Amino acid sequence: MAVSAPMVIDLENLGLEAGGYLLVQRALHDLPVGGRLIVRGSDPALRIHLAAWSRSTGHVADVVGGEPAVIKGSAVTARWNRAERAGGAGSGGVLPHADVRWGLAMRGALVEEGGPPLHVDLVDRDLVWADAARQLYINGSARQWDPAKEVHWDDPFSLPAEIEAAVVQVMTYLVENEYAALLIPAKFIARLHPHYREVMQVLSIQVADEARHVEVFSRRATLRSDEVGVSGAGGRASLQTLLDEPDFSLASFLLSVLGEGSFLDLLSFIARHAPDPVTREVASLALRDERRHVAFGMAHLRYAVDADRSLLGRMRMAAERRHDALASTAGLNQDVYDSLVTLASHAWNPASIATGWQAVQDLQRDMDQGRQRRLILLGFPGDEAAELSALHTRNFM
Amino acid sequence: MTLLMGAVAYDPKVVSIWDGFRQHLVDRGLPFDFVLYSHYERQAEDLVNGRIDAAWNSPLAWVRAVRLASARGVELEALVMRDTDRDLRSLIVTRADSGIESLADLADRTIATGAIDSPQANLLPLSLLRSHGLVPGKNLTVRRFDVGVGLHGDHIGGERDAARALMAGAVDAACMIDANHLLFAREGTLATGATRIIGETAPYDHCNMTIGPSADPGEVARFRDVLLAMSYDNASLRPLLDLEGLKLWCPGRTSGYSALEAAVDETGFYGSDGGVRADGYRP
Repeated sequence: MAVSAPMVIDLENLGLEAGGYLLVQRALHDLPVGGRLIVRGSDPALRIHLAAWSRSTGHVADVVGGEPAVIKGSAVTARWNRAERAGGAGSGGVLPHADVRWGLAMRGALVEEGGPPLHVDLVDRDLVWADAARQLYINGSARQWDPAKEVHWDDPFSLPAEIEAAVVQVMTYLVENEYAALLIPAKFIARLHPHYREVMQVLSIQVADEARHVEVFSRRATLRSDEVGVSGAGGRASLQTLLDEPDFSLASFLLSVLGEGSFLDLLSFIARHAPDPVTREVASLALRDERRHVAFGMAHLRYAVDADRSLLGRMRMAAERRHDALASTAGLNQDVYDSLVTLASHAWNPASIATGWQAVQDLQRDMDQGRQRRLILLGFPGDEAAELSALHTRNFM
Repeated sequence: MTLLMGAVAYDPKVVSIWDGFRQHLVDRGLPFDFVLYSHYERQAEDLVNGRIDAAWNSPLAWVRAVRLASARGVELEALVMRDTDRDLRSLIVTRADSGIESLADLADRTIATGAIDSPQANLLPLSLLRSHGLVPGKNLTVRRFDVGVGLHGDHIGGERDAARALMAGAVDAACMIDANHLLFAREGTLATGATRIIGETAPYDHCNMTIGPSADPGEVARFRDVLLAMSYDNASLRPLLDLEGLKLWCPGRTSGYSALEAAVDETGFYGSDGGVRADGYRP
């Protein structure tokens, strides 16, 4: 085939203004810059529209004399001369470093140079990634539950006033903890490069989970009472240290592994000892979500520790720093502790209180053992795991 | 010395465009600044009077500035123009079902035009009609849509209103530039296949960067070189070029303004000395 032979396209009766330009554009795509495309068609305005369209798109029209033609200009290709691919579309295309100049482009997209850079700082894979993120997102997305359907709010029950008050106090405490668990992933989503979208999706599901937890715990707190419980300064100080941790991995460690890890035992305790069906249901449903949150924290930290063993030392320092910061505070509000005992006692007599007391002792032991187990899984030696677990906040979260 | 250029603020984007270009020019060693005018007439006068060194001129402002300069015995130069300023055409458009097949059929009919000072949607197409024996006020009624008077047709509103009047059946024909016929058809102002083009002007040129008598020749040379070197594959320039509607700057040429010169003379829009003579023209 002679390379100089012009290409021909026939638009038939299709006008350039009615989509005909798409066919012209497609035909030009295969031509080199300077190549000639003869455009045939029966639209009376074709010649005039071809001239105007070519001018505005950086091509040159030849509409004088014979058949109208477009000579391909360089502008269309110039736009993409310095474009680059933002990694690959699948999880295999996740790059070690995400460029802020890619902005919000989808992973794998061909990104035109220019445009505003994204104002995010979590741009390195090792600092945020977990191989399990995609699967955890899929599971989390599939297991979202509807508080209106899953909780039997209208089930009849009646508790002695002190037991109801204990439940209300525990719910009040849970809600403020859930706020922290909601705000922390939300904060990191805003700092995360969307190149690591699976992590962004997992964190987003976590935020949605916590929003639901806030709803069901608030609703249980006010189910039988207009007044909710107390909020201790020490507990809030403990949560504030979580909010203040700027490092993603260290925040995951403190919140998901130590805090939410301890909450697995706490929610399990509440579900097991709940004096009424609604309290049992809301604790069980929240427990299901929190397991996933802990799993993501563990998966991320194992990935991050594999990439950089020195992270273990920094995790230890973060736990110690938090312990020191809270040394002068009360930790768990005494009212909350007492309410847990009362909740598990079910009745207001010595034998029942003794049972409740023992249950809370067992809970604290279970929490400690759970933390140690997870710390060992992350790579801490046994003695260090025991030491670090003992430093964990008395506020549980 | 700073090369001072005038531009007309027909749209807020003019600030973005020239702020960006200014930075680019300054970064390349040309002391450059710009001032904005609310219409072209004062800009043309200031250019010839040496208050500004360069003017981003409409074709009509170029015609006037040349006349003003000639009256003062000074010369102007059309330094550069956009690739999109070359070989434009204006059209006479009717409704496809109007029964109007040719320009001659417009005798004793009504035609809609853009603003009084629009070269593309008033002066040039009416000149074409005159050459076919259709004289406004005699055997042709003109319904003018004066939007953005003083902006020399840079504001698209007058042309769009003329196109709407055509589709509404209020007029028998409308004047518009070729690119706007395509645009109005694509955006639906003109329904696909609902119009017929019964006349078109010869190709003419549009804006140019006019250099006045006060400009320093060395700075002008630098200005031309930097503009001509602007490349569409430069990511920081590309958005500015897109806003200004060009892919590249071309050397200026003055061969594409004779039809507008004739139209200005036919209507007495400007005198030979560049004075504004058009009836009812209040920029």
